[in-house]
Amino acid sequence: MFGKLTLDAVPWHEPIIMGTGVVVVLGGILVLSLITYFKKWGYLWSEWFTSVDHKKIGVMYFAFGFVMLLRGFADAIMMRTQQAIAANGHAGFLPPHHYDQIFTAHGVIMIFFVAMPFILGLMNAVVPLQIGARDVAFPFLNSLGFWLSVAGGILIMCSMWIGDFAAAGWVGYPPLTELGYSPTVGMDYYIWALQISGLGTTLAGVNFVATIMKMRAPSMKLMDMPVFTWTALVTNILIVAIFPILTATLAMLAADRYLGMHFFTNELGGNAMMYINLIWVWGHPEVYVLILPCFGVFSEVIATFSGKPLFGYKSMVYATCAIGLMAFLVWLHHFFTMGSGANVNAFFGIMTSIISIPTGVKLFNWLFTMYRGRVRYHTPTLWTIGFMVTFAVGGMSGVLLAVPGADFVLHNSLFLVAHFHNVIIGGVVFGCLAGMNFWFPKVFGFKLNEFWGKISFWCWFVGYWLAFTPLYILGLMGMTRRMNHYDVAAWHPYLIVALIGAAIIGMGIFTNIIQLAISVRDREKNRDVTGDPWNARSLEWGTSSPAPFYNFAHIPNITSLEQHWDDKENGRVGQVTEPYTDIHMPKNTSVGVIMSAFGFILSFALVWHMWAVALIGLVGIIGTFIARTYNRDVDYYVPAAEVERIEKEHLAALQLKVSNA
Amino acid sequence: MFAKVSSSLSRAAFALLLLPLAGCQQYDLLDPKGPIGVEEKGLILQSLGYMLLVVIPVILLTLWFAWRYRASNTNATYAPKWAHSTKIEAIVWIIPCIIVGILGVLIWRTSHTLDPYRPLDSQVKPVRVDVVSLNWKWLFIYPDYGVASVNQLAIPTGTPINFRLTSESIMNSFFIPRLGTQVYTMAGMQTKLHLIADEPGTYRGMSASFSGPGFADMHFNTLAMDGQAFKQWIAKAHQSTVSLDPQTYAALTKPSRKDPVTIYGNVTPHLFKNIVDTFMAPMAPKKPSTALNHAEDTHVASAQNVGDNR
Amino acid sequence: MNAPLYPSAFEPVEEIDLEHDSHDDGSTTTLGFWLYLMSDCLIFASLFATFGVLEHNYAGGPTGREIFDLPYVAVETLLLLVSSFTFGVAAYGMHHNRKNMVLGWLAVTFVLGLGFVGMEVREFAHLIADGTGPDRSAFLSSYFTLVGTHGLHVSAGLLWLAVMMHQTWHFGLDGTVRRRLTCLSMFWHFLDLVWVCVFTFVYLRGVL
Repeated sequence: MFGKLTLDAVPWHEPIIMGTGVVVVLGGILVLSLITYFKKWGYLWSEWFTSVDHKKIGVMYFAFGFVMLLRGFADAIMMRTQQAIAANGHAGFLPPHHYDQIFTAHGVIMIFFVAMPFILGLMNAVVPLQIGARDVAFPFLNSLGFWLSVAGGILIMCSMWIGDFAAAGWVGYPPLTELGYSPTVGMDYYIWALQISGLGTTLAGVNFVATIMKMRAPSMKLMDMPVFTWTALVTNILIVAIFPILTATLAMLAADRYLGMHFFTNELGGNAMMYINLIWVWGHPEVYVLILPCFGVFSEVIATFSGKPLFGYKSMVYATCAIGLMAFLVWLHHFFTMGSGANVNAFFGIMTSIISIPTGVKLFNWLFTMYRGRVRYHTPTLWTIGFMVTFAVGGMSGVLLAVPGADFVLHNSLFLVAHFHNVIIGGVVFGCLAGMNFWFPKVFGFKLNEFWGKISFWCWFVGYWLAFTPLYILGLMGMTRRMNHYDVAAWHPYLIVALIGAAIIGMGIFTNIIQLAISVRDREKNRDVTGDPWNARSLEWGTSSPAPFYNFAHIPNITSLEQHWDDKENGRVGQVTEPYTDIHMPKNTSVGVIMSAFGFILSFALVWHMWAVALIGLVGIIGTFIARTYNRDVDYYVPAAEVERIEKEHLAALQLKVSNA
Repeated sequence: MFAKVSSSLSRAAFALLLLPLAGCQQYDLLDPKGPIGVEEKGLILQSLGYMLLVVIPVILLTLWFAWRYRASNTNATYAPKWAHSTKIEAIVWIIPCIIVGILGVLIWRTSHTLDPYRPLDSQVKPVRVDVVSLNWKWLFIYPDYGVASVNQLAIPTGTPINFRLTSESIMNSFFIPRLGTQVYTMAGMQTKLHLIADEPGTYRGMSASFSGPGFADMHFNTLAMDGQAFKQWIAKAHQSTVSLDPQTYAALTKPSRKDPVTIYGNVTPHLFKNIVDTFMAPMAPKKPSTALNHAEDTHVASAQNVGDNR
Repeated sequence: MNAPLYPSAFEPVEEIDLEHDSHDDGSTTTLGFWLYLMSDCLIFASLFATFGVLEHNYAGGPTGREIFDLPYVAVETLLLLVSSFTFGVAAYGMHHNRKNMVLGWLAVTFVLGLGFVGMEVREFAHLIADGTGPDRSAFLSSYFTLVGTHGLHVSAGLLWLAVMMHQTWHFGLDGTVRRRLTCLSMFWHFLDLVWVCVFTFVYLRGVL
């Protein structure tokens, strides 16, 4: 019944883990009792957990990403502290097996459970609004995909206190990850957490491609789509194309570990290089999955706050598509030093540097969007300009690593670590935070506090440079990544600086939270009744803030690439020319939550070899899904009168604002 | 012309990089001790130089435009509808294309000249060294001399060293930053690497690819010495009474850390080939599970015995 | 961009679903399902690629020639191909609104599919009993996983078929049932296609 799970699996004698555990349990109890005290369970369940409203799912993705960011950052600060201490014979405070789990968990959590939820959250919140749709193509799958990701996140969190986590790096190269060399449940947690959340991501990918292809306002052509939607389209096509490869690869690794197969083992003909190829066929496009929507965010932000249309829209679109295509032709640059031969290395090196062309074009286009503009400095603007400066350097170090001859000495070094943090923090994190600040009023109806937003930006910006410039230098000093301790005295000062940088990033995260708290407190002061707080350009700003659950009372008629700007110029904002009609909407459903709960049971049981429980989980998932297919009561109509009431309220507030002004 | 531009570029980039750094003795990659490392350092600086030609202007323009076109500066031109210029678009596509074109040529050329599998041109007869990564130590076998060492690599200067590399179990990467190129070691496979040390000295070598809990201690000293000293080193090695045979090798395969330097005066012939072939034999024996997690590291008490649960 | 996404064989059944106007109409579902099939296709592509890399790594174990029974597999193939045809007949019935015809031919399809899965299970059981299970060599690991993944898909298809037969009987051929049957038929033909590749690249190439 309990498989390998015994009470011994809990790391009772690890003060750090148990201490964190106590804090998490106390914090958890506090939150749960507060919810109970304020009687919010019913509200949370019916308005949020079971919601199929894409905006609410987007918000939940963001909240989930933020919680996991705290965990991922805790891992980061522990690693930096360890390396700042463990010099010249000091062992530091983390023994290798613990430290190895931490850097593995940090990578896995930051990519799969922070960056992915952030970009999926942004796409959820914004894409349907930008294309004039009332929801995504498959609202139930959207909810299911989100909850599957959450199940994966909870599974990873469980690994902290029940058993251990993988200790083999975030891409889990065999043979180290084979059963013989990683006999604990850590790798199994890794496999099933990624499988279950990967399934959720694939569903999201299918959903958004279908949404963008089929749910656009009828008069919106592909070349009328805002750039963010374009990047979302390419990103989701990439997701649909690569996540199955990850699923297959991890399934094969699981087959090795669970069924004694020999895909990637040393023995009986296995070939670990196959895994390494497959994981990077997924892994390299994955970084474009993360960065492309952020490019989209920056395009929207820079145009809005420069008071000009985006420079070179078509170039942007073509560049995005080019990056999406070429993403598949570069994976081998992750292992130039595996003896592939000069021609192969040269091919992949050149392909990789070619990808920097469309990326460079994008940078130039953002530049020329500011040119002859009127740049207003709001929080999203700061994130965008900070990104342009930071990302230029990160892109350069990336191309340097794509030069095989240079990679021969920089591979696996801290230079590489600095590079990918440079593009992921400087690109993805900056982008997601810019997007959050930019679209927050659209979802919640009030703006985020700018003072704390700007402080947060400066902490992140300065912290990033302070934390990772030393890592670039350490790479040139020949320090490799993932070292638990070291005895080269010259490395020590740089690692102390890096720790200070990480602490400043921590202040950035802390001020993000303050910003959210203060903004909620001052929400009446920062309320946006216009629906267009930034004097922005694309369609989503034409509806009220917060956007009504049906998004648009009338399906918009698209006349321009910058629809809302065009409407403002031609005095169409707030003009109602057609009568209101009934609106068809999907009903909320708890099936996504229930299926994901069974999914969690299934994966937890698989980790611990509890076969009977696993069977319950599997039957539960399938049974719940089949039961749902018998439910014909999945949608309803919002009566025209109700739509009219909601719309009139918004228009009245708008007119009041205009007459006051 | 190309070379001249590139060398002055490299110098500029070099100066820029080193401004904040006093001297470069501790920057292993910028102070290489062999021709491969020298070429790689040049390549890094040269590529950086070309890219900085675009990156620096982009950063400066970003800051300048951001400042110049700030909303409060009403003196600056405002063109609220201007969003397209074929000329600028052409330029912004062409500039990166040119840089990448140059880089492409550089990549193609250096991928071949620096190919780790390419034997080095030299008048001197190469010395062969067979490298085996074990958990967590390095074994160096000198097939030409019949000696071997653990966690210490002695090489003659000015002589091409032809490495053949493999791993006993887990993948590692063999890397001596001062000499240049690293290469992966993988079980059941043989990779190759060719390096030269120009100057005598002690250079840090290590595994650059994470291989489990003992990874951080998996380093060794490379003793580069002149031909005479190397001969003496070999002679002294021969005097060692410890010999590397299947039994002592089996003992080495047990996971351990911080192993002291050991010199073997005698090596069973074809040991390296046998190590590579361990997994290629038609009926390779299933290796017993070797749990890597030492008792002091793992907080999972049950982890000790799950390795052999099937 | 979207032109190739609608092969004419999968013509959506929009007109049936008019009452469910803008939301989740037939064509969006078929596109979504088609995208899912493409992603599934990539799972098979990964497994095929791995099989291609490992297919000669016998590690002293048997080769394909020694263990594959081509006539047996040919019968399996025939069952699956015929089941695709019978599904086609059921789909024809659906388009002509003949519920009993649909039910009957879906039942025939189900029996054929069950026969296929049964034969495959028997083949696997024999191999494992002979000591040539998936843990014997990398070749066998990749063979069992590739063929087994296809078998799992067919089994999932059988479950789906059973549910759809019940839903057709219970709800009749309404818009939702038609949409789901259309997706199931895409799924079934897709599995047929994958099997043709398996038969060619694994069995035929392994034996010839």
